[in-house]
Amino acid sequence: MMDLTVGPNFFFWDATRVRAFYHDLAETPVARVVLGELVCSKRLPFWQDEIGPAIDRLGAAGKEVALTSLALITLRRERRQTADLFETGLPVEVNDLSALAHLPAGQPFWVGPLVNVYNEGTLRWLIRRGARRVCLPPELTLESVAVLARLGREEGVPIEVWGHGRLPLAISARCYHARLHDRAKDSCQFVCGEDPDGRDVATLDHQRFLAVNGVQTLSQSTASMALQIDALREAGVAALRLSPQSRDFAEICRAYAAGLAGQQSGADLAARLRPLVPDGILSDGFLTGPAGAAWSGDATPARVQ
Amino acid sequence: MMELVCPAGTPAALRAAVEAGAHAVYCGFADETNARNFPGLNFTPEDMAEGVRFAHARGAKVLVAINTFPRAGAEPLWHRALAHAEAAGVDAVILADLGLLAHAAEHHPGLRRHLSVQAAAANPDAINLYASAFGVRRVVLPRVLTVEEIAAINREIDVETEVFVFGGLCVMAEGRCSLSSYATGKSPNMNGVCSPASHVAYAEEGNDLAARLGGFTIHRTARTAPAPYPTLCKGCFTSGPQTGHIFEDPVSLDATHLIPRLAGAGVRALKIEGRQRSRAYVAQVVRAFRAAVEAQAAGRPLPESQLARLAEGQKATTGAYAKTWR
Repeated sequence: MMDLTVGPNFFFWDATRVRAFYHDLAETPVARVVLGELVCSKRLPFWQDEIGPAIDRLGAAGKEVALTSLALITLRRERRQTADLFETGLPVEVNDLSALAHLPAGQPFWVGPLVNVYNEGTLRWLIRRGARRVCLPPELTLESVAVLARLGREEGVPIEVWGHGRLPLAISARCYHARLHDRAKDSCQFVCGEDPDGRDVATLDHQRFLAVNGVQTLSQSTASMALQIDALREAGVAALRLSPQSRDFAEICRAYAAGLAGQQSGADLAARLRPLVPDGILSDGFLTGPAGAAWSGDATPARVQ
Repeated sequence: MMELVCPAGTPAALRAAVEAGAHAVYCGFADETNARNFPGLNFTPEDMAEGVRFAHARGAKVLVAINTFPRAGAEPLWHRALAHAEAAGVDAVILADLGLLAHAAEHHPGLRRHLSVQAAAANPDAINLYASAFGVRRVVLPRVLTVEEIAAINREIDVETEVFVFGGLCVMAEGRCSLSSYATGKSPNMNGVCSPASHVAYAEEGNDLAARLGGFTIHRTARTAPAPYPTLCKGCFTSGPQTGHIFEDPVSLDATHLIPRLAGAGVRALKIEGRQRSRAYVAQVVRAFRAAVEAQAAGRPLPESQLARLAEGQKATTGAYAKTWR
């Protein structure tokens, strides 16, 4: 039976929004939640006091909780913070491989979608090091997912796939939010906080394309496995990863739970999701389509109306 | 002297680079196992053995990039590339994938392993992990670091570092970017290509030439102006009220003038990008950089005029090596 994992929030939300988000999330039918700062360590002081209460609330609601590492660890301060994650007693989801250098011997860990797990050799190596749950990179095809999910089942390690959310396509040393405001990263004045789902980037022909979120580049479309649930179940996938968005997220979690329970067809689920996602665009092309931006259902309008 | 590591997309480019003074050349097999999987490029196993004989006879090394991420269910293709590299007598393989590194360490323990830039090992913890787990001897650093950060990394690691100094510039952390496959279905990690020509279309529209990648418009230029290749992250886009090169201008990397500082930071080898470039280009660039590393080693000034000629007509940046780039 597939279940739902909520990934870490990618965006810079203020403490009030974070508190409300995890308050509502505790009431949803998701099995587990990964939280913490993934994208930019400069943001963390503004909301880190919300992490403890969120862990308590989610735990009291019966959710399994893990903490994420940063996606790109370079500063000494960031390395220390990464080492500290392993002291909390919670599982750590590794999203930068260097976090493993701080792993106490014998302690299990989770692997997030930003670690390159493309094949059996890599999956086996991570499991031998102590990986107990692996969310695959969104870029993989259904054929690759099936091979890795089979190996995961043989090894007793649940394999997750990207289920919902703007796709994390790239990470950089450069902050694009700061650049758009003619600032350098060191003097960013936290302008990424103005865009709670990222800042849209369109082509010169007004095609909806990408979104920037500080040092991260996302798809503007919201990837959704609404139409792929049967194929993923068939492939042996254990869980769908839902990535937070600023509005209607609890409703989105309930919609996927209904989809997994067979109470709603894929097409109905997609129709229910479309008005809830930023800009109303869905994609699922990495899994079975010609390109990541493609959608296997009815055509999505590609141009700004 | 710092080692000069030069690109060879073809056997002819390998010979040109060696004759122009490369200390080492890097190349790949003609399939999806390497990150420059372009039509008409790269080496058969026989070409590789011949290239190694040619280079070794002239005191140069051959490094083989097997630096894409093996496809699930198809790992034997990548394993065979390792076996071919060892049989050809190459001096090292350049790898990125954890599973492939583990396979190489187990089945080819005598084959020297370098960590590809595609592994994006951006701090000492990552580098030391690859060194202890797989016996990696050199790491090609991702283009996300400043010179000061490179110096700090070298103080905490025991393996050699190699950095890019010239040529194409990735704006994103390498090996962690799926922008190209989002637009085209083909990516550096899986297919060894970025913004592939097979998915590029140009269209004359009014006075404009539109360049599209996978149907997405990457830039528009006046029909009469030279049009840059539509590499996704160097494109011109719109965000809110702004239109421009949101990720990076259409520039290439030129860290020539940083060579003395990179040497001071403990960098062992300098890498030139461009396996897709002609042998005439490779020979010219290699000659200029060989003169530069010799001057650096002897404590002489860099050969400014020779280096300046390389950069003519192109916009260049020192990228992440300068903190202000961020």
